[in-house]
Amino acid sequence: MSDTPLVEMRNIEKRFGGVHAVDNVSVDLYPGEVVGVLGHNGAGKSCLMKILSGAMPLDGGEIRVNGEPTEIENPRDAMAYGIETIYQTLALADNLNAPANLFLGREMKTRWGTLNDDAMEAEARKVLHRLNPNFTNINDAVRTMSGGQRQVVAIARAIYFNAKILIMDEPTAALGPSETKMVADLTTQLRSEGIGIFLISHDMHDVFDLCDRIVVMKNGHCVGAHRIEEVSKDDVLSLIIAGQLPEGWSPRNGGGRA
Amino acid sequence: MGQDNPIARVIRASELDTRMIAMVAILLVIWIGLDVLTGGIFLTARNLYNLAVQSSVVGIMATGMVLVIVARHIDLSVGSVMGFTGMIIAWLQVDIFTLGAVWNWPLTILIGLTLGAVIGAWQGYWVAYTGIPAFVVTLGGLLMFRGGAFLVTDGRTVAPMDPTYQLLGGGIHGSIGETWSWVFGVVAIAVVALLTYKNRQSRKRHEFAVKPIAVEIALFLLWTGLIIGFVLVMNSYYKPRSEVARGIPVPVLILIAVIVAMTLIARVTSFGRYVFAMGGNPEAAELSGIDVKKTTLIVFVIMGVLCGIAAVITTARLNAGANSMGMLAELSVIAAAVIGGTSLAGGIGSIAGAILGAVVMQSLENGMVLMGVSSAMRQVIIGLVLIGAVWFDTMYKKRR
Repeated sequence: MSDTPLVEMRNIEKRFGGVHAVDNVSVDLYPGEVVGVLGHNGAGKSCLMKILSGAMPLDGGEIRVNGEPTEIENPRDAMAYGIETIYQTLALADNLNAPANLFLGREMKTRWGTLNDDAMEAEARKVLHRLNPNFTNINDAVRTMSGGQRQVVAIARAIYFNAKILIMDEPTAALGPSETKMVADLTTQLRSEGIGIFLISHDMHDVFDLCDRIVVMKNGHCVGAHRIEEVSKDDVLSLIIAGQLPEGWSPRNGGGRA
Repeated sequence: MGQDNPIARVIRASELDTRMIAMVAILLVIWIGLDVLTGGIFLTARNLYNLAVQSSVVGIMATGMVLVIVARHIDLSVGSVMGFTGMIIAWLQVDIFTLGAVWNWPLTILIGLTLGAVIGAWQGYWVAYTGIPAFVVTLGGLLMFRGGAFLVTDGRTVAPMDPTYQLLGGGIHGSIGETWSWVFGVVAIAVVALLTYKNRQSRKRHEFAVKPIAVEIALFLLWTGLIIGFVLVMNSYYKPRSEVARGIPVPVLILIAVIVAMTLIARVTSFGRYVFAMGGNPEAAELSGIDVKKTTLIVFVIMGVLCGIAAVITTARLNAGANSMGMLAELSVIAAAVIGGTSLAGGIGSIAGAILGAVVMQSLENGMVLMGVSSAMRQVIIGLVLIGAVWFDTMYKKRR
């Protein structure tokens, strides 16, 4: 793990009218680690991640990538920094086919500057088959695909373009057991390649299997940031529900590691 | 449809859009029906020539309307914008510039198209950057530019236009003659052959499934037949009191050029892909990094330019500028796009469909005029056809 964090989000603020959706939250992410971002619905975790992915402007605070200050105002800016997002809503254009969605906004061109659909289809076949060998109907509109196939397209979209920072918002919510395992394996593989991953999840299994650290949010505040070894599932649930650790808590691994 | 049904198998192998086939079939039924009802007048070279010219103005604007509606917007102002730019063109050409000067008509066309683009940009700006619904912005445009068309000359009709300019309207001399029509046909067939070959090579190179060679040849022959048939019909209509073939009318050539250009824009540019993505899921388009605002603005600019082109043809054909030009054209244009399968919910539509839609509407209009149906009754029938077409579309989508 290197010294400079891949991402530092410092003192991030976001307000909607009177609601303080994100209140002075700071998180960081190092290369090759998975940080779980946890909390109830409406705790502000999705909001925080949308700020990083450029889908939502921030009201205060600073985002640094590789130690450099950034101006992330829209998704294009975020992508330019290598930040890719898998949205919970999947963010697919239902009327287009899988290759068109995979390359949306970043199409492959011929030498005349026109869309190179055949090349995109060939690339899409490769990447989608790697994720799911049973994926054959890639030229159908995404609308007609199963939840799992749609999820695979959304994931392929995020990893195809050499992401350095990956935000996964409930990536397994719509998936069956085998596909969930595929996503878990993929996450582990990407981490080993040095990609930093923010994982938003409600599934404690996923969190404890995949994450190196967790950040817990409640009512727009960050109520806890721990290495995964320090906490038990009950500790995490206590943070999510009550906003604090159980009374008399001490790090499960006896402390020591920072 | 069963696996063994031979017709279904052929259709699947040819990868043709079944909806498009249904539309062509309906058009053929309408044509044959009208031919019977008019005692053989409808399907004469002369009438088909006129039908082609009549369809071109609505067809040109309908290609732009497809993009507008696919992007989940609407443009109610196209008739007024066409009237206003037409009046500006006619007024400049006749009242302001020297009539007969060589530079006059090309300059007025240039100004007209630029004006169309500027009006499109104006409306597109309000829609894209201020978030006012396109319905409201273009309803405002419908009133403003209709009023503007009157104000240009205080309602006076401006005439006559430059004689060379008049050729663009497809009048007596406004067609390219027999030889050039054949040249056009041969070039078109060559292009179809080249595209078929290129496409097949590219799919083979990527090791994708290709159509059976027999199907490929059959499709090519079908296109060749259509092109030759079209040229033959246009060449079978003579100039008055002569045996001189007219050939393809200039406005139809302009329409063909617009169809090709707009199909390319919709199908092979990233801009076209973004328009469809926005229509399918605006949020996803935004999150994919697409500049949704700029794309929306450009859609309206294109629509404006197409209104300018339609204005040129209309003024050239009328040989005048009249402030009533394009009155209610927005309804025909929207109807053509919708009959052609463009979904008002956005995300779905095709240029070819809109052209078929325009031809279907114009055929009914033309056929009923030949039959002596009153204009009031024609409106009733066209209105019913519009509802019927959308009903058909809804049923078709439900069944899938």
